[in-house]
Amino acid sequence: MFDVAVVGGGVVGCAVARRFTLQGARVVLLEKGADILSGASKGNSAILHTGFDAPPGSLELACMQAGYTEYLEIRERLRLPLLESGAIVCAWSEEELAKLPGILAQAHGNGVAAAWMVTPGEILAREPNLSACMLGGVLVPGEHLIDPWSAPLAYVLQALANGAEVRRDTEVTGGVFAAGAWRLETSTGPVACGTVINCAGLFGDTLEALLTGAADFTIKPRKGQFVVFDKAAARLLRSIILPVPTERTKGIVVTPTVFGNVLVGPTAEEQDSRTDAGTDEATLRMLAEKGTEILPGLAGMGITAIYAGIRPATERKEYRVRQAPGYIALGGIRSTGLTAALGLAQHAWGLYAGAQQPVANPIWPQVPVLAEHGARDWQSPGYGEVICHCEMTTSREIEAALRGPLPAGDYGGLKRRTRAGMGRCQGFYCNARLAELSAGCFAAPLAVGGAHD
Amino acid sequence: MIDVAVIGGGPAGIAAALALRARGVARVAIIEREGSLGGVPRHCGHPPFGLREFGRIFTGPAYARRLAAKAEAAGVEILLRHSVLGLKPGGVLDVATPEGPRTVKALRVLLATGAREAPRSARLVGGARPLGVLNTGALQAYVHLQGLAPFARPVVVGTELVGLSALVTCRGHGIKPVAVVEAGNRATARWPLGLLPRLLGIPVHYNSQIAEIRGGARVESVLLRDGTVLACDGVLLTGQFLPEASLARLSHLVVDAGSGGPAIDQYGRCSDAAYFAAGNLLRPVETAGWSFREGAAIADYIADDLAGGLPSAEGGVEVIAGEGLKFVVPQRLTRVTQLRGLMQLRVNAPVRGHLRVRAGDEMLARQHISTRPERRVLLDMDGIKIPSEVSRIVVDIAP
Repeated sequence: MFDVAVVGGGVVGCAVARRFTLQGARVVLLEKGADILSGASKGNSAILHTGFDAPPGSLELACMQAGYTEYLEIRERLRLPLLESGAIVCAWSEEELAKLPGILAQAHGNGVAAAWMVTPGEILAREPNLSACMLGGVLVPGEHLIDPWSAPLAYVLQALANGAEVRRDTEVTGGVFAAGAWRLETSTGPVACGTVINCAGLFGDTLEALLTGAADFTIKPRKGQFVVFDKAAARLLRSIILPVPTERTKGIVVTPTVFGNVLVGPTAEEQDSRTDAGTDEATLRMLAEKGTEILPGLAGMGITAIYAGIRPATERKEYRVRQAPGYIALGGIRSTGLTAALGLAQHAWGLYAGAQQPVANPIWPQVPVLAEHGARDWQSPGYGEVICHCEMTTSREIEAALRGPLPAGDYGGLKRRTRAGMGRCQGFYCNARLAELSAGCFAAPLAVGGAHD
Repeated sequence: MIDVAVIGGGPAGIAAALALRARGVARVAIIEREGSLGGVPRHCGHPPFGLREFGRIFTGPAYARRLAAKAEAAGVEILLRHSVLGLKPGGVLDVATPEGPRTVKALRVLLATGAREAPRSARLVGGARPLGVLNTGALQAYVHLQGLAPFARPVVVGTELVGLSALVTCRGHGIKPVAVVEAGNRATARWPLGLLPRLLGIPVHYNSQIAEIRGGARVESVLLRDGTVLACDGVLLTGQFLPEASLARLSHLVVDAGSGGPAIDQYGRCSDAAYFAAGNLLRPVETAGWSFREGAAIADYIADDLAGGLPSAEGGVEVIAGEGLKFVVPQRLTRVTQLRGLMQLRVNAPVRGHLRVRAGDEMLARQHISTRPERRVLLDMDGIKIPSEVSRIVVDIAP
């Protein structure tokens, strides 16, 4: 019997599992994918937001700011990276320029005091490779870059280290709430718990309907495609370049990443499918062109990766958080989830109002350093050999990711834990070695069998 | 201090190291990031390799072993599992090793890091991202180095020589390609090799490209632009080689956007005169035999240079790839009384006309040309006289 079953191992679920575990609750995290971060959380823009442009007075803003603060508090103990890049909201037209004072006022109103107007000259002094066509901007130095996969991994590893349980390949198929307790049916057997926390992301509404009979919100999947430029592009840009947002979306961002690439995206494409994170050539080409307009030096740079993420938007703009007896839903966490996750977890704990005793001396596991500016594994002797040359992933890192309390559950999970195969050659050199090293580890193996002679 | 550090232990790098030792250069080191020498031929399990170098025909792995043995016998220092991560001015290298990071200093450095095929991302092939989308190099490593099969029924994209070689690799290891997809209206490889898919009973879709890869955990099908859906469990992306020039791109060296490799002069010398480059890093893509000879030739210039025998690179002449040309190598000519050697070029589109070398309005050379984009084009520089006041020449195609 668990106090809490967290359904969904995305960034929000991982943060909630951690928070509730540290508060002393007995937690089980149920994830239907082969690994955590199998849904919306695997594809985002990796920015730790200040909340300067979030809706004033909203729960979203409160959670983003609480999450931002907590991330900075805990990151060194979990060995999570932070690239203090700063962001510039750039206006490229008179119409956009006219919106800047409003953006600045909103930032100040949201408590982000470190934000100010910058002239094209000041922007170019900071970012000399940017197109000189911009008319002005708002600089927000507190916007930072983080590792979008190591962060949730660290949260869930800390939950595990302090007593939580994680069940992957476990889909909730039904549930009955009676006498103050749930009996959940799952694909790996029944789970008994006091409270269900719905962190099911793209399936938040279907889970709610399954458990409570009707859903209070409707997921409207919104796909975002991204293009990742080669590491040679990294020296072109220090700051996150944000567009002036529209009513519907934050728009296309050009940003460095902690891994030393330049990322351009996302698009905002409404679609029915909750799983189809497909890319298309025309859109990818448009993104590459858009990126090159903003950062002309991207012309001729190699494209290292292409991907799409699906944001669990709903029919309304705000987060869809609600509580019922034995049930808390953290729904509609669209695009600010990476920042807000730790804050949402605090908020959910507040709603839950548990009487458990917090863990006295929690264990702080550390995640591998994957950020380019950090001390990577290859810098310490005895790493064995380099397996992925583009990302400098060592055999020691691969072996560690395939063992431990939460080994990679599929190839995507291995990539997110080690960077292997994520570089410019996309596995030309290392894929076969990875197939060998991961043999027997994944339900969906890299090799389909032996090669006949 | 090392005399010459060769980065990359494939055919070009090994040939260069052998030639340098033969010229009496004392300390020659090959820095190779893999666990063995040989480069790409290590996993090309088919002949013909080595005919010109050794007068015999080898399979790729046997050729690679032969090269490695030669390097060892010649007294070349071989640093395996050493990854060069940074090139600093004057021949200073940042190197990662299993014993920890170190700096290697050399009087001259030869970059010979080869080429690889363009991955899916660089081709912007859309759709889902299931397992089973690979390049030929990865397929060869699966079957030849690991004894594994990454798929059983792939769709093969491309009909360059490497694509046809991939078909042979598949057939030799129980993998049955379901179709070949080629963007052009005919096979890229020369007749009669282009007939190979038909001989193997594999349908070829010409004028066709993948619009979308479909699948969950693994590839299930591909959608072609004409609406055809091909059921398969993998996609093999062949050819479209790119120089492996990341080190140069991340360094102070000038990289040519046309070739994708470092810009060199007729001696293989880069924009920093301590650095030279040879092999498929210079341009996509030539055979192992070509790379071997090129490595040896450029090593000869390096030996000359160490002996004080190369003219200064100061005041060189820029070579511009003009109308109709994708690239020209070398990108710069050091001024000498008698130009020698070959210019390597590629055209942008099938062409029949004249290849011209001009300095302003003055025609320095002109020859008939009839070729296609993937084919090697050579221009003999012997006899070309560059006027002394000229700082750039243009090579282009005219009717």
